[in-house]
Amino acid sequence: MPDPSRIRANVVGDSTEVKVLMNHEMETGQRKDAQGKVIPAWFIQDVTATWNGKTVLSAQWGPAVAKNPFLSFKFKGGAKGDKVMITWVDNRGEKRTDEATIA
Amino acid sequence: MKTSRSGRAARLVAAASVVALAATAFGQSNTADEIAKYRAALQDGNPAELWEARGEGMWKEPRGPAKVSLEKCDLGMGPGVVKGAYTQLPRYFADADRVMDLETRLVWCMVKIQGYTEADAKKNPFGAGNDRKADMEALVAYVTSESRGIKMNVPQSHPKEREAYALGEKMFFFRGGTHDFACSTCHGEDGKRIRLQDLPNLTTKAGAQKAYTTWPAYRVSQGELRSFQWRLNDCFRQQRFPELVFGSDASIDLTTFLAVNANGAAFDAPAIKR
Repeated sequence: MPDPSRIRANVVGDSTEVKVLMNHEMETGQRKDAQGKVIPAWFIQDVTATWNGKTVLSAQWGPAVAKNPFLSFKFKGGAKGDKVMITWVDNRGEKRTDEATIA
Repeated sequence: MKTSRSGRAARLVAAASVVALAATAFGQSNTADEIAKYRAALQDGNPAELWEARGEGMWKEPRGPAKVSLEKCDLGMGPGVVKGAYTQLPRYFADADRVMDLETRLVWCMVKIQGYTEADAKKNPFGAGNDRKADMEALVAYVTSESRGIKMNVPQSHPKEREAYALGEKMFFFRGGTHDFACSTCHGEDGKRIRLQDLPNLTTKAGAQKAYTTWPAYRVSQGELRSFQWRLNDCFRQQRFPELVFGSDASIDLTTFLAVNANGAAFDAPAIKR
């Protein structure tokens, strides 16, 4: 099971600002190891954010995103105490879902 | 949506700084400002938090042959007290009859409380990617994060603590190795640098405080959280010194020298660095 993400969600005016730090190697598939063998690509492909069950962000990522990626976004609405859920799926099919409460 | 490709960003910032240098001739201080801006931009999403979270879990989880958590570990302020503990390390521990820094004390607890062998507790001090994650660096991240904002107050009351400081000071100025280097060769004057990185002058109070209170740190270029033991180890490598043994007296003495010099400044790590 992959390590958890860190999520912070705060109400800013009439929207909610969400900051997510994900735990992932994000191998590009372009690097070689000490033996000269290509290190296979391994990266997050899909990211979905939901607020009270409704999708507020959906993204397709590729190998150009950093290791341990940091994602920040805003959506209209959201109140203190609401739940925000972030799910990512990588190209190996591994998946991680984390939840945070809006503060 | 905003994503950061940190490694690439580092190169971009570096490239941008070079251009700025050529175009405006503001010189070194301008480059340093740009690097400071880059650090500030990254601070918000510092991946060190991931290590802190993993370390906190590890601290509380029953582990090792004895299946016990580290929550009874005495870091100097009583068993289980983590808050502020790092600001008073290295210090003398009567039970070990030795001055210990955080890493050596963690090894001590892993051996005495959790039943690890010393070799097992020390075998992977510095992580390398997903396949070789270092437990030590995660634990260091958690413990140090609990000292953020607290003033450095490393004790010098026990004779062995004063001895460690004196030896550390000697080592700092000791020239040796194939390049006839000492720590002070690079860290004894203002305005020295390696490539674009300004080096702190550790012989001044302000320099020592700024440097010591921002380690451990997440190194963007390595994608790893690095402890102070790692920092010293890598300085030794860059000086072409013999490898600094993890948890050795030499490493603790040098840490003591630098930590005591940083006394009075608020601790501000785990930080993020290039």
